[in-house]
Amino acid sequence: MKYLDEYRDESLAKSILAEIRRLVTRPWVLMEVCGGQTHSIVKYGIDRLLPDEIELVHGPGCPVCVTALEMIDKAHAIARQPDVIFCSFGDMLRVPGSDGDLLTLKSRGADIRVLYSPIDCLKIARANPDKKVVFFAIGFETTAPANAMSVFQAHKQGLMNYSILVSHVLVPPAMAAILQSPQNRVQGFLGPGHVCAVMGYEEYEPIAAQFHVPIVITGFEPLDLLQGTLMALRQLEAGRAEVENQYPRVVRREGNRSAQQLVSEVFEVCDRKWRGVGSIPNSGYRLRREFREHDAERIFAVRQIDTRESDICISGEILRGIRKPHDCPAFGTLCTPDHPLGATMVSAEGACAAYFAYGRHLAAERIAAQAREEAVLS
Amino acid sequence: MCLAIPGKIVEINDDEHGVRMARANFGGIVKQVCLEYTPEARAGNYVLVHVGFALGVVDEAEAAQTYQALKNMDQLGELAYPQPEAAAAAVTTS
Repeated sequence: MKYLDEYRDESLAKSILAEIRRLVTRPWVLMEVCGGQTHSIVKYGIDRLLPDEIELVHGPGCPVCVTALEMIDKAHAIARQPDVIFCSFGDMLRVPGSDGDLLTLKSRGADIRVLYSPIDCLKIARANPDKKVVFFAIGFETTAPANAMSVFQAHKQGLMNYSILVSHVLVPPAMAAILQSPQNRVQGFLGPGHVCAVMGYEEYEPIAAQFHVPIVITGFEPLDLLQGTLMALRQLEAGRAEVENQYPRVVRREGNRSAQQLVSEVFEVCDRKWRGVGSIPNSGYRLRREFREHDAERIFAVRQIDTRESDICISGEILRGIRKPHDCPAFGTLCTPDHPLGATMVSAEGACAAYFAYGRHLAAERIAAQAREEAVLS
Repeated sequence: MCLAIPGKIVEINDDEHGVRMARANFGGIVKQVCLEYTPEARAGNYVLVHVGFALGVVDEAEAAQTYQALKNMDQLGELAYPQPEAAAAAVTTS
């Protein structure tokens, strides 16, 4: 496909790698922010192609992963109600709450539908005036314009039986929280290309300046990720800390103004709890008062739900780049995509799930087995 | 989740409620796409699509420039770091 295939060229990848090897003089830790980038990096083995000096740690940019367990339980409580058609992106179906997942609820008779786009909810709401149609509106800034438009159009078209359960998260406050942590290891970022297609990258400039970290807005294909790494490395080696754009075919500095305008008309910034990380000030969206009739949390008044996370899971540290999936004793054994213990295993874009999908738990097992063998022999 | 892919606009048409929609081709698969956020998009343009919404028109000039920069690096790389076969040939002929 045009604009995808040419960014997977092996020969060009080799020359970027050669340039990276030539430039690097000391160890550096880079974080890719977006879960889609994590998935690409692990799928193509980009982290293993890089010289040992460059370590990629995986950021918190998987919205399914960081959706708080309480919110998932709320979604399930709403989906169980008999007059509800509960709609969701497919990624959310298998994420376990305190009592099973959405697929289990569906098998027990709940009307749960997987949608490609929230705009499809409007048709469902129109065709089912006696039902309450609820969309599970999760995502980063990339998804906010789509979710905002569904509410805006429902309101305009008088579809008062449509509401959304909002669990939106925002990237820049999470990056700032990572950098403020005393345990922080991150020295540069590959910024989230599709978030910035919507929001632009002006708001990243104060972060780069304040924390003196390079931020390179980066795409999702292997050559994009390698070139983003090279650009960040050039800055680090030269002592620069700027926002650069590796992905100009899609990202402009000002972003998409008309999308930003509708998003801010429908949503307002609020504090948000991130699974594995905790509450981050001003890191989410909620519906504005003018659209409260479409706010599922208000309509269904689900009581506060108490939840408990696994004691073993280290996903909070993985999401902040402090540790890697292999550092967790439960990775690939007690914790797998079928039985996830925490945030980074629940969605394919989580770091643990990506490591598992591409066989890295097997590598971990081999190393462990080898160590055991050596211990026996010695 | 933030997956977005480029699709080529085949035909633009408003839906019955005046929402600007289009049919877009993704490597042979044609899907409906909302163009409300890309008023500048025209038939034949590539748009970057996420969950059924075009988030921007792909900038063909920028795409060509990025790709050319990578190509140039590839050629410079070959000059700076001779391929093993070329290096071996250079040794045997000298």
